[in-house]
Amino acid sequence: MSSLPVDISQTAPWIKPRLAQQPQPAVELLATRDLFKSYRKGPLGIPVLQGIDMTVGEGEFLAIVGQSGCGKSTLLHLLGTLDQPDAGEVHFEGHRIDNLPGRSRDLLRNRHFGMIFQFYHLLPELTTLENVLAPALISESTLGYFLRRRQHRRHAMELLELVGIADRAKHKPREMSGGEMQRAAIARALLAQPRVLLADEPTGNLDRSTGEQIMGMLRELNRKQKLTIVMVTHDPWIAEQADRVVRLVEGRIQKV
Amino acid sequence: MYKLLLCWRYLRTRYIALVCIVSVMLGVATMIVVNSVMAGFTHEMQARMNGMLGDLILESRSMDGVPDAPSHLEKIREVAGDAIAGMSPTVHVPALMYIEINGQLITHQATLVGIDERTYSSVSQFGNYLQHPSNREQLVFELRDDGYDVYDHQVPDRSLLKPRKQMEHAGWVYRRHKAALKKHRQQQNPAPLQVADPPRRGGSTNQQNPFGNTASADGEQEGRDFDPATETHHGIVLGIGTCSYRGDDGMDHFIALPGDDVRVSFPKASLPPEAISDFYTVVDFYESKMSEYDGSFMFVPLRDLQKSRGMIDPETGIGKFTSIQIKLQPDADAEAVRDALRDVFPAQLYVVSTWRDKQGPLLAAVQMETAVLNVLLFMIIAVAGFGILAIFTMIVVEKTRDIGILKSLGASGYGVMGIFLSYGLALGIVGAGVGLALGLTFERYINEIADLLGRITGQPVFDPSVYYFYKIPTIVDPFTVTWICVGAVAIAVLASVLPARRAARLHPVKALRYE
Repeated sequence: MSSLPVDISQTAPWIKPRLAQQPQPAVELLATRDLFKSYRKGPLGIPVLQGIDMTVGEGEFLAIVGQSGCGKSTLLHLLGTLDQPDAGEVHFEGHRIDNLPGRSRDLLRNRHFGMIFQFYHLLPELTTLENVLAPALISESTLGYFLRRRQHRRHAMELLELVGIADRAKHKPREMSGGEMQRAAIARALLAQPRVLLADEPTGNLDRSTGEQIMGMLRELNRKQKLTIVMVTHDPWIAEQADRVVRLVEGRIQKV
Repeated sequence: MYKLLLCWRYLRTRYIALVCIVSVMLGVATMIVVNSVMAGFTHEMQARMNGMLGDLILESRSMDGVPDAPSHLEKIREVAGDAIAGMSPTVHVPALMYIEINGQLITHQATLVGIDERTYSSVSQFGNYLQHPSNREQLVFELRDDGYDVYDHQVPDRSLLKPRKQMEHAGWVYRRHKAALKKHRQQQNPAPLQVADPPRRGGSTNQQNPFGNTASADGEQEGRDFDPATETHHGIVLGIGTCSYRGDDGMDHFIALPGDDVRVSFPKASLPPEAISDFYTVVDFYESKMSEYDGSFMFVPLRDLQKSRGMIDPETGIGKFTSIQIKLQPDADAEAVRDALRDVFPAQLYVVSTWRDKQGPLLAAVQMETAVLNVLLFMIIAVAGFGILAIFTMIVVEKTRDIGILKSLGASGYGVMGIFLSYGLALGIVGAGVGLALGLTFERYINEIADLLGRITGQPVFDPSVYYFYKIPTIVDPFTVTWICVGAVAIAVLASVLPARRAARLHPVKALRYE
């Protein structure tokens, strides 16, 4: 799984002009301004993020490392608009996104952000192919999906081939190994041709060699497709493979 | 799109949801069956009542009646001519009937009705309820030779019936045979016969000659030359319940038959009242299957009754009547005609009522019963709704992480809510659909099911001897059925609103972290 046999830009041009087709040099794609976040536990607020200023360039492969509980997953959720900061701002392509109405954030996650998680988070009731199709199923109306289901399925199958598990298309997640599930999750994250891939400990639940395969795949995507990747990990060895590493200590960025 | 797909997958993989479907199904099926049986009973009952009473009844307040039916008929026709399909004057009088069995008198209280046999069948279904085929066509108060129904003609399926063996020879055949036997006995043993007669006529052991003394009694009354073998008294049609009983075996046993003589006593229409007592010969039975009517009415020709009660003016020959039964055209408004007649006939002397007014309390009671039953049964479906609520809440908790995943993929709160609402809708539709099929099947085969249950338990579920129906009557009202199904689906959807809202409001991060 070292090369990408299919150029995704050719398979689904109807979704969004691809990043790869935009020739600009690395510009600021995602940025945070003085981000604060705390969790409430009874009357006490437990501070998690305490003033994060960070930028992610277009086409960059960024790793956020830190110990458990340092707030790296929270930061990733804020970047992906799954959560809202107590203070500070999140910018995407120069627009502020943390204060958008819910519906717009739903659309943003559906169209522009791909997410993968430590525990894969596939839907157990759906087959691998259906899991990969989930973003399209969510964005399309019933009628629209039926009209375009061939295109969607073809695209999803291409992505499954890309991640090397096309033969598992009809299997349910529980019938697959951890590595295969993570590959399916990557294929799902790529379906909508996102601008940025947010990965939360993508290898955290995998053995070393399978983790290396997944990392190889992410690196390939970053290099060949110029896909922007923000990855959270606690493993320094994994983090080394990124272009740039940001270290979080107790909710603050530590300069390396 | 994902809503439908997930809803479908959840439906197929969560077997606990089947519990909801089953509870909705049972509720719907029960409601359909109960409603159709209640409707069937009500319809049957109303048909019998209406068949007995006519649509509209004009009664005199006095039991001794008012004179001159023809001019009253004329007046009614004047007021509501278009709406009238038929009219018939009658005389009602409380009476005692005596049946003599082995020298013992059995007394029975009943209403004696004088009817005009030419017009009476035009205002009620009286004719349909008689036991002789020729009488059903045109009633004549004469004893027929034989040919009285052995099998109840009102039940199309004979296999359900137990034959009334005693009716086989009823009529002149029976009367002559009895008279001959009587004569023979008297020749052999001139002393008055007081002991029980031996069983007669071959196999029918339960039939005894109940009228050992009738002929001699007749002789005393009407003179020595009355010969029961060739003559009859005036004809009378008895309600079948006045002279029969249904045994534990479901067989009807008769204590008098067409061809027997009965004695009837009733007051004269004079002051002071004077009881008179006449002999009548039973010529037919009347069976409306409403035991209330069958056990309390006897019919004789109007003119005879008027004569006996002294209701005919000796000078003019004009008879009195106590009520006029009116049959309306099918599309006529009974209440409007009733009100029009009330304006014309003074309320001090006349009562005008529809058959529904007459049976108002009974009809209202049945309606009330149906309504209460429906409320109670709908509670069952409501309970099913709470079951759905509980099970859905459980499923939402179980699916918390999936909800988080969907939200991280861009599903909106409304979308997630839609999954569970359509899940509830699907459960409701499936439950109501299966319940509908089950209920209609049950309703279709209700008699077979009742038989089977009776056989298994040894206790008849539906005892025809209690109801005088041979089958459980059912009517499926499409409107009611639709209403039941829609109600069940609505309850299923309503019950899923709370869990669905809970799912929609889940915070994506908390949901994703949920273990």
